[in-house]
Amino acid sequence: MKFSEYLKYLIIGTAFGFVLVKSEVVSWFRIQEMFRFQDFHMYGIIGLAVIIGIISVQIIKRYNMRDAQGNPVSIPPKDASQIKRYLIGGSMFGLGWALLGACPGPMFALLGSGLTIMVIPILAALAGTYTYGLLRDKLPH
Amino acid sequence: MLDFLFQPWPWYVAGPIIGLTVPILLLVGGKIFGVSANLRHACAACNFGNVEFFNYDWKTAGKWNFMFLIGTVLGGFLGGYVFANPEPIALAASTISDLQALGIQDFNGLVPDDLFAWDMLGTGIGLTVLVLGGFLVGFGARYAGGCTSGHAISGLSDLQLASLIAVIGFFIGGLIMTFLIYPIILG
Repeated sequence: MKFSEYLKYLIIGTAFGFVLVKSEVVSWFRIQEMFRFQDFHMYGIIGLAVIIGIISVQIIKRYNMRDAQGNPVSIPPKDASQIKRYLIGGSMFGLGWALLGACPGPMFALLGSGLTIMVIPILAALAGTYTYGLLRDKLPH
Repeated sequence: MLDFLFQPWPWYVAGPIIGLTVPILLLVGGKIFGVSANLRHACAACNFGNVEFFNYDWKTAGKWNFMFLIGTVLGGFLGGYVFANPEPIALAASTISDLQALGIQDFNGLVPDDLFAWDMLGTGIGLTVLVLGGFLVGFGARYAGGCTSGHAISGLSDLQLASLIAVIGFFIGGLIMTFLIYPIILG
């Protein structure tokens, strides 16, 4: 991958991190507010993001659009028959999301905002990911 | 214009920008938006003990995503440090009173100092929130095959049933934590 290629992803990521902070999605308070159903803010963001996402993915598929390298865009389908994996794994993720008040994107955006303590949950998340890799064969999927 | 950079952005501005990340990554390089994959790639880059799940060419799969992640940190620096909003978050009054009842006192920043501070690491509450919280996010995201970006945004954008099930799981876990477990932790 050329430097200009890297730069594209760096810029897209920067815009993403900036919006996460400006919209307060990174805030532990906003996550508490969301799970308590006390404000529309988070639901508005996720809902509108999904609507825009659905429309644009449908357009990409309908017109068989290609990416900048000329390759056809394809999204690999996820196997919905692994219900246990999505429900149990998803619930564990949800427990962590509400406890920490941050999912992976916000953990890193908060670190960038100067909150150095976020190094700890990031390391813990790496440990969690590694532990999943170790136990994967023993878990129901 | 500069005011706009310092002020918080409403949901109807932020939502579409976050949603557009999905088609932009698809069109720029056929990439699927998902932040937690970086955690797996980082494990693959080290792979102590040669764990099979981390045995793949992480450079091909994940270099672009690491750049995206570095950007996310940089965006956090710009949005939360350079152009930081000096005002407290305009939370619902009911949320503030609920959290005050749980003992939260600092409402000035993006996160409460009561939990997110280095000296909290020496306490049971701090360890639970920062270490157990982070661990569950990492473990759960990989178990479920994605996090908020990979399932709630990317997966739902592609109308994937698996992602809908995962998001339902996110809320089952989140509601149990918020209403049943958090009051015990902070109690």
